[in-house]
Amino acid sequence: MSVPSAATSGFATPVAGVRIRARDWSWRHAGRSKPAVAGLSFDIEPGERVLLLGASGAGKSTLLSGLAGVLGGDEEGEQTGELLLDGRLPVESRGRIGLVLQDPDSQVVLARVGDDVAFGCENLGVPRDETWRRVGSALAAVGLDLPLDHPSSSLSGGQKQRLALAGALAMRPGLLLLDEPTANLDPAGVTEVRDAVARALAGSTATLVVIEHRVSVWRDLVDRVIVLDPDGGILADGAPDRVLSDEGERLAAAGVWVPGFPPRRPLRLPGATAPGLELLRTAALGIGRRKNRHSAPALPPIELSVDAGLATAITGVNGAGKSTLALTLAGLLAPAAGAVEANERLSQGAGPHPHAWKSRQLLTRIGTVFQNPEHQFLAATVRAELAIGPRALGLPQGEIDGRVDGLLSRLRLEKLAGANPFTLSGGEKRRLSVATVLATAPRVLVLDEPTFGQDSRTWQELVALLAELLEAGSSVVAVTHDADFVEALADVEVRLEPRLGAGAAFLGASAAVLVR
Amino acid sequence: MSVVTPTIAASPIARINPVAKLLAAVLLSIALLLSIDWISAAVALSLESILLLWGGLSLRLLALRTAPLWIAAPLAGITTVLYGEDSGAVLWRLGFVSITEGSLSLGVAIALRILAIGLPGIVLFATTDPTDLADGLGQVLRLPARFVLGGLAALRLVGVLIDDWRQLAFARRARGVGDRGRIRRFGGQAFALLVIAVRRGSTLATAMEAKGFGSDIPRSWARPSPFGTREVLLIVVGAGIAAVAISVSVALGSWEFVLA
Amino acid sequence: MQTVNGKTQATSLRSKYRWRVVDIVIASVLGVASGVIFWAWGLAWTPLSGLLAFTPGLEGLLAGGWLFAGVLGGLVIRKPGAAIFTELVAAVVSALIGTQWGFSTLIWGLIEGLGAELVFAIFLYANWRLWGALVAGAGAGVAVGLLDTSFTSYAALELGFKLVYFFAAVVSGIVLAGLLSWLAVRGLARTGALSRFAAGRESTVAV
Repeated sequence: MSVPSAATSGFATPVAGVRIRARDWSWRHAGRSKPAVAGLSFDIEPGERVLLLGASGAGKSTLLSGLAGVLGGDEEGEQTGELLLDGRLPVESRGRIGLVLQDPDSQVVLARVGDDVAFGCENLGVPRDETWRRVGSALAAVGLDLPLDHPSSSLSGGQKQRLALAGALAMRPGLLLLDEPTANLDPAGVTEVRDAVARALAGSTATLVVIEHRVSVWRDLVDRVIVLDPDGGILADGAPDRVLSDEGERLAAAGVWVPGFPPRRPLRLPGATAPGLELLRTAALGIGRRKNRHSAPALPPIELSVDAGLATAITGVNGAGKSTLALTLAGLLAPAAGAVEANERLSQGAGPHPHAWKSRQLLTRIGTVFQNPEHQFLAATVRAELAIGPRALGLPQGEIDGRVDGLLSRLRLEKLAGANPFTLSGGEKRRLSVATVLATAPRVLVLDEPTFGQDSRTWQELVALLAELLEAGSSVVAVTHDADFVEALADVEVRLEPRLGAGAAFLGASAAVLVR
Repeated sequence: MSVVTPTIAASPIARINPVAKLLAAVLLSIALLLSIDWISAAVALSLESILLLWGGLSLRLLALRTAPLWIAAPLAGITTVLYGEDSGAVLWRLGFVSITEGSLSLGVAIALRILAIGLPGIVLFATTDPTDLADGLGQVLRLPARFVLGGLAALRLVGVLIDDWRQLAFARRARGVGDRGRIRRFGGQAFALLVIAVRRGSTLATAMEAKGFGSDIPRSWARPSPFGTREVLLIVVGAGIAAVAISVSVALGSWEFVLA
Repeated sequence: MQTVNGKTQATSLRSKYRWRVVDIVIASVLGVASGVIFWAWGLAWTPLSGLLAFTPGLEGLLAGGWLFAGVLGGLVIRKPGAAIFTELVAAVVSALIGTQWGFSTLIWGLIEGLGAELVFAIFLYANWRLWGALVAGAGAGVAVGLLDTSFTSYAALELGFKLVYFFAAVVSGIVLAGLLSWLAVRGLARTGALSRFAAGRESTVAV
């Protein structure tokens, strides 16, 4: 088989694509009774670009891990059938496979950019000079124009994912595996990563398999779509247009973001609730770091008000201080300058500054949903988790049970009532974290990136739930990158612009308040 | 900038191979640990200070990083003075507490000893990049690369985990449990951090394994770890300081072997 | 149909004691997390330890907090060297974050880990139950008790205080290092985080 000698960016010499062959392959994790993936049979030719789709739990990640040879040995699970790369087992093909995972923070291995990219080459025994040559070309291929000793922790999410991609490319893999690489990124990051992959693969013959639940991102880059069936086997396999038109509706119902089948949006009539019932207000609020109260320049004042029945979206680029603003409004962070003032109808005797309120007072006034639901989990079962808030308020047991049961059914968590919160899927964890906040019925709800990485079904449910809460008179403040979310819900948008000092040090943020 | 990778000023000391610094610090620490007397500690401390100032470490950085020493030394010294082994004339006594000439000199010895032992260690860590240390351990000392690099990769997560800890604290306040029960809350928070850490670690392990880590392929090192005359010199100087401190102390008769 | 399952008895025994990549990384992560937790503990309780400085001997009760990492690592990884390695990583983290002991922390970490490791070894790396963990914690407590009362400032105390310190360290080892680690592993297993380890599979029911 001859390899076309095209000009390959990212690959100095052309790399032969890997041929994948699966025959009735299945994998069962040790400790589970049902296999994660069953009865898969397919052939992928060298150089093909494949998009892998399927509902949650269909085993896409397991398949990718199997292809990468990282599923583990005999004590970790049972494999039947055959999965071969160029006729060899994946475990024996180290260096032929590059894998990029979903979480930007947990994939960086070394503290300097150059070292991290060189890591794969070191493991493969590549000589020193060749290693650094590859590092240079890999970084150029993904468009990361940074000095080699730049600290890897100070990169943005999109940059970290590109770094992981560069690390994979430096190994000159014949097979590139991407497991939801853009799920945890803001729109700018998503484009960065997608463009980097496109650039790296231009003119190369490497095989690509990518899992993503946002189809539009990768549609133009792939020439084949495989849909996995949660009950085992393959649901559909073929050219993107055909598969998406045949299976589009079923996929959209399963949570995949299929272009042409968008999630339903709630009918929100603008101005349905009379505005002006103010709950929270900022008075010359400044967010940012103030080393010295007297000498530093004044932080740009942010003036906004949070009103009942209205949704406020806080938007802005990464690092503009959106989360800081949200946490300050929620009473969790002290304002760097100025103040957050709560109207009497919200504070009801607790005092004007949310930051000074006791934890228990916050429960019924301002609820906060964090970006990572796992940060909020306190108990060992879902039911206990929901009961924590009401119990902290000292409600009688009957009342607690009533509220818990109500939330379980409202958020479709009944079947999971006895499960450990950490064992839930991503969408279930998000629903649980919102449910725990609702258990104490706060009037203001602050959410940090609620739709981050969520599939379309969870997105739809969340937006519908928030719309319901708004109708009932609560107020919602959401930090978000998601333009669809802003479009569907927000009455007011607060766009933050960072003020940067020397060395890109964050000094503060100014806000532009737009009423929609 | 993570708390475990401070900005390392380019001083002559910083450029020496971390393994050499490690070995010099080991020699000094072991030598000083063997005895509790103020002469060996004082001699070592003064020689170390000369070496370090000559080595170009900025005073401000040194003072900042050695702050724990300046708190711990007097505290331990006072404890010893009050409760230490008594010998010589009794100066004051009340119940279990007794201050004698012996315990006084012991207290001084302990305080100086903490400073003398702690100083090289702190300088080692303040001027060493963890990646360079790992390279040295793997290439110079030939320690198994899998363990050294596995440890290094996990070390990078410290900054991330500290951020997670702060988020966990916010979440507890938001969930209504931030008012009472500090110990219980700490325990719960610590457990949650362990869960998050293990998850991050599992992802990291998968990513590293996919990059060929841990396979039987013989590994190459992208960054050289030179070990030359400068390094040998440092170790010799370190051994020298240890030897001088011990011999002066023995000569003046104040050497007190700990296990005797 | 081809199954990839034929392993001989000898290789499976060797692979039982050989460290996988995930073993090394998780052991390191547990050590790192323990180091961070201890730093946070130090922040929250500096007044307490300052107070205890005036009642010597009882400071031994705090010693167990340090020993936690080794027993935890041993219980999760269940392979030779786990206790030593995890304790060593925790010591490195605490030395880096900046404690008074600097380099000696590493020596202490090594020997404390050894204390727990010896216990696990005596049990032939097969006892992972509660009492095994408690004895391992005691082993680490004995190690740190001996070390501290011989070489550190505690060596300058009168014999009575030394004994108090020693026994306080052993008790602290049993409770803080042994009991807490065992509970932590059980809790971790329930969250599903240890699914790649035997420790995670034995206490969860097949789903």
